[in-house]
Amino acid sequence: MTVLSLRGISKTFGAVAALTDIRLDVAAGEVVAIVGDNGAGKSTLVKILAGVHAPDSGRITFEGRDVAIPTPAAAHKLGIATVFQDLALCENLNVIQNLFLGQEIRPLRLDDVAMETRSWELLRQLSAKIPSVRVPVAALSGGQRQTVAIARSLLGDPKVIILDEPTAALGVAQTAEVLNLVERLRENGLGVIMISHNMADVKAVADTVVVLRLGRNNGVFDVAEVSTEDIIAAITGATDNAVSRRADKGVPS
Amino acid sequence: MTVTTDRQDERLHHRAGLSGAVTDVVERARGGDLGVIPVVVGLVVIWTVLQVLNPIFLSSANLVNLTLESAAVGIIALGVVCVLLVGQIDLSVGSVSGLSGAVLAVLFVSEGLPVWLAIAASVLLGAVIGWLYGQLFNRFGVPSFVITLAGLLGFLGLQLYVLGAKGSINLPFDSGLVNFAQLDFVPAWLSYTFAVVAAVWLFAGGFLHARQRRRAGLSARSVTALAVRSAALLAVLAFVVWYLGQTRGVGWMFVFFVGLVLIMHYLLSRTKWGRAVYAVGGNVEAARRAGINVRAVYTSVFVLCSAFAAVGGILAAARLAAANQSSGGGDVNLNAIAAAVIGGTSLFGGRGTAFGALLGVIVIQSISSGLTLLNLDSSIRFVVTGVVLLLAVVVDSVSRRSRTSHGRA
Ligand SMILES: Nc1ncnc2c1ncn2[C@@H]1O[C@H](COP(=O)(O)OP(=O)(O)O)[C@@H](O)[C@H]1O
Ligand SMILES: [Mg+2]
Repeated sequence: MTVLSLRGISKTFGAVAALTDIRLDVAAGEVVAIVGDNGAGKSTLVKILAGVHAPDSGRITFEGRDVAIPTPAAAHKLGIATVFQDLALCENLNVIQNLFLGQEIRPLRLDDVAMETRSWELLRQLSAKIPSVRVPVAALSGGQRQTVAIARSLLGDPKVIILDEPTAALGVAQTAEVLNLVERLRENGLGVIMISHNMADVKAVADTVVVLRLGRNNGVFDVAEVSTEDIIAAITGATDNAVSRRADKGVPS
Repeated sequence: MTVTTDRQDERLHHRAGLSGAVTDVVERARGGDLGVIPVVVGLVVIWTVLQVLNPIFLSSANLVNLTLESAAVGIIALGVVCVLLVGQIDLSVGSVSGLSGAVLAVLFVSEGLPVWLAIAASVLLGAVIGWLYGQLFNRFGVPSFVITLAGLLGFLGLQLYVLGAKGSINLPFDSGLVNFAQLDFVPAWLSYTFAVVAAVWLFAGGFLHARQRRRAGLSARSVTALAVRSAALLAVLAFVVWYLGQTRGVGWMFVFFVGLVLIMHYLLSRTKWGRAVYAVGGNVEAARRAGINVRAVYTSVFVLCSAFAAVGGILAAARLAAANQSSGGGDVNLNAIAAAVIGGTSLFGGRGTAFGALLGVIVIQSISSGLTLLNLDSSIRFVVTGVVLLLAVVVDSVSRRSRTSHGRA
């Protein structure tokens, strides 16, 4: 069942057309990988779904209803959680404070014990290697920060999780952990949108690959049936586009 | 021994009990997380020097005076701390406090309104000014530095206008307000009761918290460490009460100031709003994406800051038993901002505490009182205060760099 679908989404920044007429569908229990060269518009697409940028035109449908996502709070409320590429953590706050930022337990008398307990649960679930949750985030490594950011997105019981290059900063073991986690999210019936540069990761966990090129759709592939070479060809544009045109129409290539 | 949930990583050093707590503090200071250490050290140095120069400085009478002099500027500094925490500044607190004192005097004396109504109106005026700053900042994106610089001039003008041709209004000496600021002292028995209540409160709070943590399977402070901490607090407070009690004792106005510090400490450290304030100061973009209403946070701190400035202005007028053209002028503005910074509030935002305002203002007032006792003129006082402020800012910058290299930025 499709949870989230986009039709005709466009966004320009001044003279730059960052996104043009984008379509995208994510079903519950599906991992959709979005791939594309630098500047293809992947992060911009993520920010539109997260309520950071408003699209100039196009339609967003969430669980069958047309919705607008004017603010990050609106995205939270719908059930769209986002882990940004630039993580967006407060370095002066500790791990617990970052995890619960904006959704603290007991607003008028913060329940730090409950929050710490829940923090450890989440981090254990991700097999996170974080020695202490009471240190400022500034003291953590890139991989640990990524883990904190992912744990954070799980707090609000989202229906769709968007990960912007989740493995880019991670070592081998932690990449494997994150990929395991992505699979667990899928098993739990969440829709996962994963942006990645790493074809091995995409092939390992994604069900569907959506290729963006210069801000436009340049092919939608079923991961089980497409070769890495074909994906790379669509990314770089070194294809006669027959593949992607057929895939766009839903005709198996 | 079972290992608590938060101590399972084998890379963690295990520190238990009292010595563990001490080691933690030392370690944190090394990493550049200095907290209130610099200001406490600074205070000890300043007090020693001033006492050597003039043995009257640490006399009970002078220290009682010092506490009373601290309250008004300290309350203004408390507001400045909030604004600095979100990485902004308010340069107009002096003018707003002067205006507030003038409005109070006009409403209370010239118009004959009940004193509580005059106070409420002045504080409300302060809050409205802060709200206005918030709107200008949020809607037009004008830097707070510029908005409040305009406010500094504008509200000084308004203060002069409100005071009219005479330029000065006396508050009646027999009014409750003037009494409160000049003559009202806490009876000795009640002062000691406050000290005991504070220590018991600290212990009980710590004990319940530790028990809750243990039940949740988390590490917790030992009862010994908690008891030592509370006993230390009790000893310090009892000594202060006893020493000040040698002459006039603890003024209600100072108690009021400390009460406000405690309330702000609670709001900043134990509520969702406080978290939002630190988050906005640390990384606005992250705060926005976490769904925090960043504009509301900015507005709330500007409102608080101006309202505290108004309260400070009222107390300053009450202490002087008059509002005049120089109320809130001179060094009030810079003293309040300097107190916040000296108290360890970072100019870079996201770091600082309400207690910083208390410690900072005591440093500022000590310098001022000590140099006045030496019959030194205000030129020297300005220079010394300037140097101390500069030192505080250097400590802030250096500790920030140290935090970065120790991964605690
Ligand atoms: N806030 C912004 N202002 C102006 N241009 C932007 C902004 N964000 C992205 N862009 C532009 O939009 C295009 C797509 O960028 P982005 O979505 O970050 O690509 P990707 O994440 O795929 O590398 C780039 O040309 C980039 O320069
Ligand atoms: Mg990107």
